[in-house]
Amino acid sequence: MQLREVWSFYKGTFVLIGKGSKAYYIWLAALLSLMGIGVVAYLHQLNSGLGVTAMRDQVSWGFYISNFTFLVGVAAAAVLLVIPAYVYNWGPIKEIAVLGELLAISVICMCLMFVTVDIGRPDRFWHLIPKVGILNFPSSLLAWDVVVLNGYLGLNLVIVVYYLYKTYYKRVSNKAFTTPLLLLSIPAAISIHTVTAFLYNGLGARPFWNASILAPRFLASAFSAGPAFMIILFLLIRKYTRFKIKDEAIHKVAELIAYAIFINLFLFGAEIFKEFYTGTKHLAPMEYLLFGLHGHSALVPWIWTAIIFNLFAFLIFLIPETRNNHVTLVMGCVLIFVGVYIEKGMGLIIPGFIPDVLHEIYEYAPTGIELLISMGIWATGLFIFTMLLRVAIPILNGDFHVADDGVGSYIGDQLFLVSPTAKPTPPPDKPPG
Amino acid sequence: MSDQKKKDDHAFRLSRRKTLKGLVAGVGALALPASTASASVWEEFFQRHFRELSKKELKDVLARLEKDYSKQYGKQVSVKATPPIEGVKFGYGLDLSRCIGCRRCVYGCVAENNQSRDPQIHWIRVVQLEKEKGVDFDVAEHYYNPKKVPEKGHFYMPVQCQQCENPPCTKVCPVQATWQETDGIVVVDYNWCIGCRYCMAACPYGARHFNWSKSSIPADEINPDTHYLGNRPRPIGVVEKCTFCVQRTREQPGRYPACEEICPVGARKFGNLLDPESEMRYLIENKRVFIFKEDLNTRPKFFYFYAT
Repeated sequence: MQLREVWSFYKGTFVLIGKGSKAYYIWLAALLSLMGIGVVAYLHQLNSGLGVTAMRDQVSWGFYISNFTFLVGVAAAAVLLVIPAYVYNWGPIKEIAVLGELLAISVICMCLMFVTVDIGRPDRFWHLIPKVGILNFPSSLLAWDVVVLNGYLGLNLVIVVYYLYKTYYKRVSNKAFTTPLLLLSIPAAISIHTVTAFLYNGLGARPFWNASILAPRFLASAFSAGPAFMIILFLLIRKYTRFKIKDEAIHKVAELIAYAIFINLFLFGAEIFKEFYTGTKHLAPMEYLLFGLHGHSALVPWIWTAIIFNLFAFLIFLIPETRNNHVTLVMGCVLIFVGVYIEKGMGLIIPGFIPDVLHEIYEYAPTGIELLISMGIWATGLFIFTMLLRVAIPILNGDFHVADDGVGSYIGDQLFLVSPTAKPTPPPDKPPG
Repeated sequence: MSDQKKKDDHAFRLSRRKTLKGLVAGVGALALPASTASASVWEEFFQRHFRELSKKELKDVLARLEKDYSKQYGKQVSVKATPPIEGVKFGYGLDLSRCIGCRRCVYGCVAENNQSRDPQIHWIRVVQLEKEKGVDFDVAEHYYNPKKVPEKGHFYMPVQCQQCENPPCTKVCPVQATWQETDGIVVVDYNWCIGCRYCMAACPYGARHFNWSKSSIPADEINPDTHYLGNRPRPIGVVEKCTFCVQRTREQPGRYPACEEICPVGARKFGNLLDPESEMRYLIENKRVFIFKEDLNTRPKFFYFYAT
């Protein structure tokens, strides 16, 4: 890799992301305005303190950490594509594995943002940097999370950027370099979600989290919701861009989701049995979540929505006809995504604090500021993902590569986002009519 | 960790610091708006962990804090950093048969330890329990407010930091901003805490409190005798907790914690667990003592007992 080459690659990508159809600009403008709102809301929070959230001493983590937890799962699920693609060398998924890795990168950025907006002193973030500050490794699971999340982000960035760079210059990737990294990304993905589960799991003070089944449940739910999100993205991408994704690949992912949902439901059932049959005092948070406690029941409608959604989604993914029909498939993906978002987000974090350690019940619901900041972070994640796709898709399609002079860039895809009605476009080499 | 190893670590960190200072300075310049940054804001930003400060640096830090607080509250505020006394491990006793639930300890603690009045932060929580049920927090009333206490059929249980020998809160801190001192007191470096609140999730006693908003203490109510790890005014966005009144108990001659001193019925006891002649040792050896949530193996140094 010569420096001049690297520079001309990056210059090319900057030119490329500035180009696009009207729909592309509208999409970016919409995201940027949501991000702007999020930034204003965050400045307000920085100025006034976390008191503008609904979090208090009794419920000291809320909507931000719920989103964080859910999204770590989505990021981890990218591995589900990497395993069949590279380990079994299965073609149809290999083509889309890059998209999974790009999603992982965007989602990890969201995770880091959700943690940043949750901490009281973001100005002291440097205390976490090993050697400069003091990272309490290996004692603190949060320190482990800092390590594995950043490691996973770095790993995916290296793999994807290297692969796209090579493809841009029409060179073949060096397998001796990529294969070990790809293999490493599988345990890395599992580790980010396991470590995040252990972060809650290791607290004796919180019986709701202090169950050995927590980490397996995290993985099962992540492998349900993450790939479901990817299927929706794949269908959108192939509808609105020139990127081709084979039905086979989508159906294979859908089949894997069916197994994951089954395991998730089974583990959930195992936990329900243990808690209710034993019926110790540690049942209280579970009771609060499912039925309400002492007249407090803010989460009850949410968790039952999640349970019903998960069950319906399971049926849809279980039956091959509904799994392979794209209307019902999208429905199933939305159901499981929303279901797990509730279950692994607020449904997991909030009952950890209700009742609190002295059995006080403080009911939590996010404030407007929390919702606006979270919306801003989701918009930022989608913005990052869009930018990454804007570069990656033309490269993968052969629409963006080094020009014949070996210096400039060839940009064949000026529009990126195109209306599905304009497709199928006749191939450019054939005159219309 | 042996003392020699600690010293080596310390020396290593000191040399490491110098080389990395430039990097932090660069990052810091981006994080703080130059217009609002006075010299002391910068010094605070770059301040290192309490346990890594040299004697000279610690002196400068204390002087800076004294200057800042004195200016803020319009009177001389002193900030000391008295170290633990050798051969001392503090323990606390609480006689449940005497406590009447008057909450004088709660407000005595607020005044002594400069807790925020708005939003209200209390390091001590007194709950009302039912005599028929015993120590069963399912029926705990946190906000009891009758005209007169104690109420018939009830007893009262104050809960504050239990100063665990095996503290679950310190091991989870991602930046070692909280730790147990050799006299057994669990402290927080308010200038190092990043406000992630992991320790609050880990504490089984609800003993840790977060500064959700800027603390407010009327200038005429500020207690000017403060300790760096104890009752000095706390910045926004950090966690704080009971320190057994480190600003009182580590002095020689020492004073009792404010909550012990103010209790009108003598329900509170305090002393050195390593001293066989201390009142705490007498209590533990002669009364029916229990610790709160013993199944969690936190090994509190806060002992509840029934004297009568």
